[in-house]
Amino acid sequence: MKRIDEIIARPLLAAIAFSALASLLLIAVFILKEGLPFMARIGFRDFLGSSDWQPQEGHFGIFPMIVASLGVTLGAMAIGAPLGIAGAIFLCEFVPRPVMRTVKPAIELLAGIPSVVFGFLGVMVLAPLVRTHFGGPGLSLLTAAIILGIMVLPTVTSISADAIMAVPGAFREGALALGATRWQSVYMVILKAARSGIIASVILAMGRAIGETMAVIMVAGNTVRVPHSALDPVCTLTAKIAMEMASASGLHRQSLFAIGVVLFVVIMILNALAMTAIRSRKGASS
Amino acid sequence: MRLLSPKQAQRMAIGILGLATFAILSVLVFIIGFVLNKGLPVVSWAFLSEAPSDMGRAGGIFPILITTLLLPLLALAVAMPLGVGTAVYLAEYTRETRMTRIIRFGTDCLAGVPSILFGLFGFIFFVVMLGFGWSLLSGSLTLAIMVLPTLIRTSEEAIRTVPDAYREVSCSMGATRWQTVWRVILPNALPGIATGVMLSIGRCIGETAAVIFTAGSVLGRHVPSSLFDSSRTMAVHFYLLAREGISNEYAYGTAAVMILAVLMVNLVAYWMMHAFIRRRAR
Amino acid sequence: MPLFGGARGNTEPMTTPSQKQVKIAARQFSVFFGKSQALRSINLDIHAHAILGIIGPSGSGKTSFLRAINRLNDLNPDSRVEGTLTMDGEDLYQASCDPVALRRRVGMVFALPVPLPMSIYENVVYGLRLVGGERTARRSVLDQDVETSLRAAFLWDEVKDRLHTSGLRLSGGQQQRLCLARVLAMRPEVILLDEPCSGLDPISTARIEEALVSLKSQHTIVLVTNNTKQAARVADETAFFLMGDLIEYGPTIQVFTTPENRRTGDYVTGRFG
Repeated sequence: MKRIDEIIARPLLAAIAFSALASLLLIAVFILKEGLPFMARIGFRDFLGSSDWQPQEGHFGIFPMIVASLGVTLGAMAIGAPLGIAGAIFLCEFVPRPVMRTVKPAIELLAGIPSVVFGFLGVMVLAPLVRTHFGGPGLSLLTAAIILGIMVLPTVTSISADAIMAVPGAFREGALALGATRWQSVYMVILKAARSGIIASVILAMGRAIGETMAVIMVAGNTVRVPHSALDPVCTLTAKIAMEMASASGLHRQSLFAIGVVLFVVIMILNALAMTAIRSRKGASS
Repeated sequence: MRLLSPKQAQRMAIGILGLATFAILSVLVFIIGFVLNKGLPVVSWAFLSEAPSDMGRAGGIFPILITTLLLPLLALAVAMPLGVGTAVYLAEYTRETRMTRIIRFGTDCLAGVPSILFGLFGFIFFVVMLGFGWSLLSGSLTLAIMVLPTLIRTSEEAIRTVPDAYREVSCSMGATRWQTVWRVILPNALPGIATGVMLSIGRCIGETAAVIFTAGSVLGRHVPSSLFDSSRTMAVHFYLLAREGISNEYAYGTAAVMILAVLMVNLVAYWMMHAFIRRRAR
Repeated sequence: MPLFGGARGNTEPMTTPSQKQVKIAARQFSVFFGKSQALRSINLDIHAHAILGIIGPSGSGKTSFLRAINRLNDLNPDSRVEGTLTMDGEDLYQASCDPVALRRRVGMVFALPVPLPMSIYENVVYGLRLVGGERTARRSVLDQDVETSLRAAFLWDEVKDRLHTSGLRLSGGQQQRLCLARVLAMRPEVILLDEPCSGLDPISTARIEEALVSLKSQHTIVLVTNNTKQAARVADETAFFLMGDLIEYGPTIQVFTTPENRRTGDYVTGRFG
């Protein structure tokens, strides 16, 4: 006679194990349910290509916001990726282990600071600086890119550092034994070996940057117009959703879900890319 | 064309890399320092224990503090059984099959969903379709889904580090698999699981987009008394104070409390992880 | 003074094995792990209230046989058996036999001492708590069980003042005796030991051997050992396994002094090992 827990445990746990997958599917279904019919009705080309966003008059072109999201993300990566990777290299290769073990978690602490705090500091400290030194209104694509760049630093640094530390000691020793300086061993051997992990960290950071909402709302300026320069105020896809969600209804609300669909697809693609990069690294080193 | 000798190149590289690292750390120190500098003077016992008044321009943040505490706890009440249960299933009840790979893929994807989309989903599903309205219930359920991947990942790692010998011994004494899990494996993996819990709490404290569209932003004088009450968390309060220009001073104060809370939670998580690793190594 | 077959403190007259009752019987019993065969058609009787020593070089299937008795091999999804293995006449591998219930009647001590990460007290009562019931209901009953088991494992005097400290703090020899006490608390009918003294110093080894001899009147004991001299000291009967086959078994004196098979002789005299 089997005990109760033997009979129940396995099927119950199996069902529970699908909860994450089920949640993901639920999210996908509901966002698509609200957004896809809208996109079909308006037409993909009009939706994605038009620069005319006037919900009251039935115009839903999100092109300026696509440009804004892209611009802000690329700008953020231009700042965050080199800095983050540089920091990772420095901490892993040129600093004694105990120091690395205290500093790395400190950087990961940056990841815990709420995004609204970043946004606020962006408004209070960074925007005036940008306005003074670069001109423009201060709340701009540039400001948003800088703030986002800072926000993705912990992701890039942490994951790149993990990738660099995973490089087997034998690689390092091999290069050094040939007479290379530490720096030479880094750029000749280690960076190549850790390449897929570092790329994965950048892609993951991109995903986070594109999805960031609160900080961007506060510093980007929220003007729906294709920017002519980095100093122009912009409105990203995420900001648009967050700002108009509360007051939108009917077709307008559906349009916001449609933007959500675009975001969802882009981010899922980025995440899939990052995961393949990570998996290929695991495959190569095993 | 070789401009610099390898040694010189290295010195320059170290200089640049060190500068980058220093820049990163300075930003961190600046942010925390600046907020604490401007905000701590505002934080007093009155600030923490009184209710807000005048749209937040005066009074304190007590009900907001309570909401900020309640939401992650409620979220964890739902997410922990699901997360730990998933981890137990993956680690103890199956081998790696196509099904487990699909489960892991779903979990990883869920981890990558940005909080605004959680907010959208929570709104259309919990607030509207299920009719919970803007409430602690909607907010905590949404947050539960958000922290689920973190819990699954950390729990599974913690469970997998429990030595196999314990499983064998327990089994040889006539324990069912569940008894082994419940009596030996989970207690042993607890510190690792607790780390995941701490990280999740930290994430919930700072979360705005997912919360504002689900738990709402009602600024009440009283602590929310039912699951269906709407209330705001510190992050939401801070956002609204700052954005609507209501009170910079109180915004800084709220931010200071928030940052301290997040710092504390992360430190505890980190210390737990270390204790766990040290115990394993023994 | 007899040198074989339970020389330590054995006061009973030695009965011939054929007069004793058979506790466990293997008939044409084979164990497979995937494609490889660990045991080939073993035929063996294990008698009650006696110590059976199983000797043989590594890889002979000794551990596979031991783990077949408490169906611990089931943990390996590729394992498979043929033939019959019975205890008290009941086939252990038939569908109606519950492995969980079986393992409560058959206790096992492993080669590496593995105290569970709990206090000494909790270690000993672990098996009892699994079953629950009236033996765990009253604290006084539990305390009594703990003391009895620890005494039977010759460990009580050393730990009686620190029952609630962690089992992990004990020395290797003490940990192994704790594992034995843990098994004894279940009052099993059969005790299986897989090279229990392999990592232990001679004094701890002697203690465990002492305990085993004192226990055989209440239990059936099967002891796998790499140390032929240990089998000679402690076992009433000895079985010699080689590469999955059972080469010979019988009373220990006979296996060691007048083995029927040449290979047995070679192994026990150390010509190979």
